[in-house]
Amino acid sequence: MNYHWYWKIFWDLSPNGEGTYFYTLILGLKWTIITALAAWAIALLVGSVVGTLRTTPNRWVVRVCAGYVEIFRNIPLLVQMFLWYFVLPELLPKAAGDWMKQIPPPWGSYYPAVVCLGIYTSVRIAEQVRAGIQSLPRGQMMAGTALGLTLPQTYRFVILPLTFRIILPPLTSEFMNCIKNSSVALTIGVVELTASARSMQEFSFQFFEAFTAATIIYLSTNIIVVFGMRWVEQRVRVPGFIGGTAAQTGH
Amino acid sequence: MFTGFDFDVIERSLPYLFREGMVFTVTLTALAMTGGVILGTLLAMMRLSSHTVLKVPAGAYVNLIRSVPLVLVIFWFYFLVPFIGGYVFHKLYQLNPDGFGRLLVDAFGYAVRDGQPIAVGAVWSSVITFTMFEAAYYCEIMRAGIQSVSRGQVSAAYALGLNYWQTMGHIVLPQAFRNMIPVLLTQTVILFQDTSLVYVISLTDFLGAAVTIANRDGRLVEMYLFAALIYFVVSFSTSQAVRRLQTKLAVIR
Repeated sequence: MNYHWYWKIFWDLSPNGEGTYFYTLILGLKWTIITALAAWAIALLVGSVVGTLRTTPNRWVVRVCAGYVEIFRNIPLLVQMFLWYFVLPELLPKAAGDWMKQIPPPWGSYYPAVVCLGIYTSVRIAEQVRAGIQSLPRGQMMAGTALGLTLPQTYRFVILPLTFRIILPPLTSEFMNCIKNSSVALTIGVVELTASARSMQEFSFQFFEAFTAATIIYLSTNIIVVFGMRWVEQRVRVPGFIGGTAAQTGH
Repeated sequence: MFTGFDFDVIERSLPYLFREGMVFTVTLTALAMTGGVILGTLLAMMRLSSHTVLKVPAGAYVNLIRSVPLVLVIFWFYFLVPFIGGYVFHKLYQLNPDGFGRLLVDAFGYAVRDGQPIAVGAVWSSVITFTMFEAAYYCEIMRAGIQSVSRGQVSAAYALGLNYWQTMGHIVLPQAFRNMIPVLLTQTVILFQDTSLVYVISLTDFLGAAVTIANRDGRLVEMYLFAALIYFVVSFSTSQAVRRLQTKLAVIR
């Protein structure tokens, strides 16, 4: 192969004046992490609420939540990014739209990316939460109400604590999906890990080194997440209830 | 909200959006699905094999691909495929420079003769990328499918004197496919949505076409909303159809 290997490239200065290429990648990792974590917070909150509401007896609430899930599940993430970033400011009242457009970089693309990724991930979490709740024996709900708990109390003290323990393994893979999906934010200008590897490749033409480094960083992040979640799983384990689901699709 | 909304720009660009864009999106989805399912099935068979030489590389490949983002994989292959292609074709050229090698030079240019990276083009690069990427996901589905066929059937097939390939081809895989059709199709809907990411290597798929028109006419709102609507309609109706199919298959079994 006619490729000029140069692994020391990471210690060369990058032309953007921030420091070495290694530092560029670390900065990228920082943005990946803060994007994914912020999006994860939104996703967990919205997803739990929507997923729980989908199991309530109120038919209209169930329908509205199902609609929410279908809308955000059937539009590609990239298109959703464009909708939040380019289309939303135009549809809002003029003052609000102008305010959105004037948020200084990098926050101007960070906030839409976080909201978009959060909402996108929330749909998947909602589905997991719903499946988790529905996998519990019906007797749990009945026992809760028979003890005199109200419906919200039954959810709060009986159903949800068990559900979240059951769905921890799928939540782990959703969190890793969230980290991976944050790379789509590069299309609206968030310079996260993939984007920094790409810019390193553009400046130095060392694509192999740049992408290898990014791949290794993603792999290590995944391993950390897997071990972290395993630790959480052991901490919150209730003997007799084991989480686990069948083969899943998705990225 | 929709005052000043220009529906005309959508109407004018419909032929371009669908004949150029959607045709490419659907072609890419179909090619990647076909290649991905075939490759994925082979990978699944490797992962379930008892030979370490087959099991470990397949497992490593699948886990590697599944832990990096698709965007990064697209970049990887976009730069890697010309090198690998150039290397492989150069070796083939050296085997027979006058006969077969000349055909390669005709097809890929003198880069093949000189051992240089060949020009693959973004289209083929994306087909290869999505095939290789989706193969990892289809592999996991097929692995579950193969494991859903009871061990007894495999033993019975061996007892009848069938060899590995006969057992797989006549007994296990037909049932595995049948059991996994809904999941395979769901993954294909995801693949259909993922193809929009070829945007990062500037290909004109359906979204790329919409972006081109949006930037040319300054009609971002209309074009992006229209693109979202079309993606939604296609994905939603397909997943509904898959759901119906699922209940149908479940009843028969």
